[in-house]
Amino acid sequence: MRLRPWPDKTPEWTAFEAGYLVTSNGDWRSVRPVIDKERCVECGLCYLHCPDGTISRDLLVDYDFCKGCGICAKICKREAISMRREADYA
Amino acid sequence: MAVKNLDEREFFFGHKACAGCGGSLAVRIALKVLGERTVAVLPAGCMSAVGFNFPQLCFANNAFITPFAATASVMTGLEAGLRRRGEKDFIVAGFAGDGGTADIGLQALSGAMDRGDNILYICYDNEAYMNTGIQKSGLTPPGAKTSTTPHRGSRRPKKDMPAIVAANGVSYAASASVGYLDDYIKKLEKAKSVVGVKYIHVLAPCPTGWGLGSDETVEIAKEAVDVGVWELKEYENGRWTVNRKPTRPQDLERHIDRQGRFRIQSQYQEDSRNGQR
Ligand SMILES: Cc1ncc(C[n+]2csc(CCOP(=O)(O)OP(=O)(O)O)c2C)c(N)n1
Ligand code: SF4
Ligand code: SF4
Ligand code: SF4
Ligand SMILES: [Mg+2]
Repeated sequence: MRLRPWPDKTPEWTAFEAGYLVTSNGDWRSVRPVIDKERCVECGLCYLHCPDGTISRDLLVDYDFCKGCGICAKICKREAISMRREADYA
Repeated sequence: MAVKNLDEREFFFGHKACAGCGGSLAVRIALKVLGERTVAVLPAGCMSAVGFNFPQLCFANNAFITPFAATASVMTGLEAGLRRRGEKDFIVAGFAGDGGTADIGLQALSGAMDRGDNILYICYDNEAYMNTGIQKSGLTPPGAKTSTTPHRGSRRPKKDMPAIVAANGVSYAASASVGYLDDYIKKLEKAKSVVGVKYIHVLAPCPTGWGLGSDETVEIAKEAVDVGVWELKEYENGRWTVNRKPTRPQDLERHIDRQGRFRIQSQYQEDSRNGQR
């Protein structure tokens, strides 16, 4: 999850506050991971392996920044994560 | 399991790496282990290109871009400057690609190793110059297709970077893989506690340059170790220790064949078996 809230001012120079995010990545996705809490055993492997850090330790997916790569679904030994068509959520 | 003790905060977040990028996983995990008093140093390459897009700043700790050749020199300067200012408990960590490390940045790294500076240099190895369009580097393996290799793929061996670094007498060196994060995290923790030059070389597959699905990079990075093309090892007190033996060398051919960058090569081998070349 992001560490800072959406900023309300633009930086004046190229050295400025770390973690300053103005655009999201969620619209890159064509499929989205959905976690089935019934099957999940909270091992944390999906959280650990996500290249974008978009699954939190308490297993909430940040759909503003998840790119839908599918690594989390593949690493899950319980098959608790399914990749669903993004079009169905539009 | 490493999950429990890891910092929950994300220090590399919101970056523009391709979906499934192994390099970004290597950087993300390293910063979670090294913590917020880390100064990240990144030369030209994918991780700086995806991390700094003004005004989007994806590092939540201090981070710098360096000229392509200068990673280790900038690290030396930052470490000395922070020390001079009286700062304590900080880590200067570099994240350079394979091209930035084994080719253009090698001289700067050589200088830092010679001086024995107190830095942690991490090479995320995606086996080509990815940020500029998949050109061959000194760490591209034989047979891999790039945009600058002949039709049948690279004909040069992969430079043995860990051996080069160890030959310079560094304090700590290790190879790792994003397919074995437990092992990578252990090595980062060890490197954090050692004084002098620390070098970690982490295999970080690139779906875009390797011809893989975005969900396959972690699996491929693990498989590379299992079939024996990438070794997990550690150099301490003048000696190498292998951390893991290949468990399924029989799957080597399948491992190669599933990567798009080797497909011309396997087609070539098949043709020569059939007497067509
Ligand atoms: C002196 C100089 N030469 C060339 C470049 C262009 N350039 C920028 S990134 C890059 C490729 C970096 O490859 P690598 O170090 O393997 O990192 P990757 O992009 O694969 O992550 C190149 C050639 C540059 N920025 N500076
Ligand atoms: S990998 Fe699967 S079982 Fe483990 S925490 Fe994630 S969803 Fe749950
Ligand atoms: S699909 Fe990829 S980016 Fe999205 S949560 Fe899973 S691992 Fe992370
Ligand atoms: S080209 Fe490869 S290394 Fe670069 S951001 Fe994309 S996946 Fe990562
Ligand atoms: Mg590279």
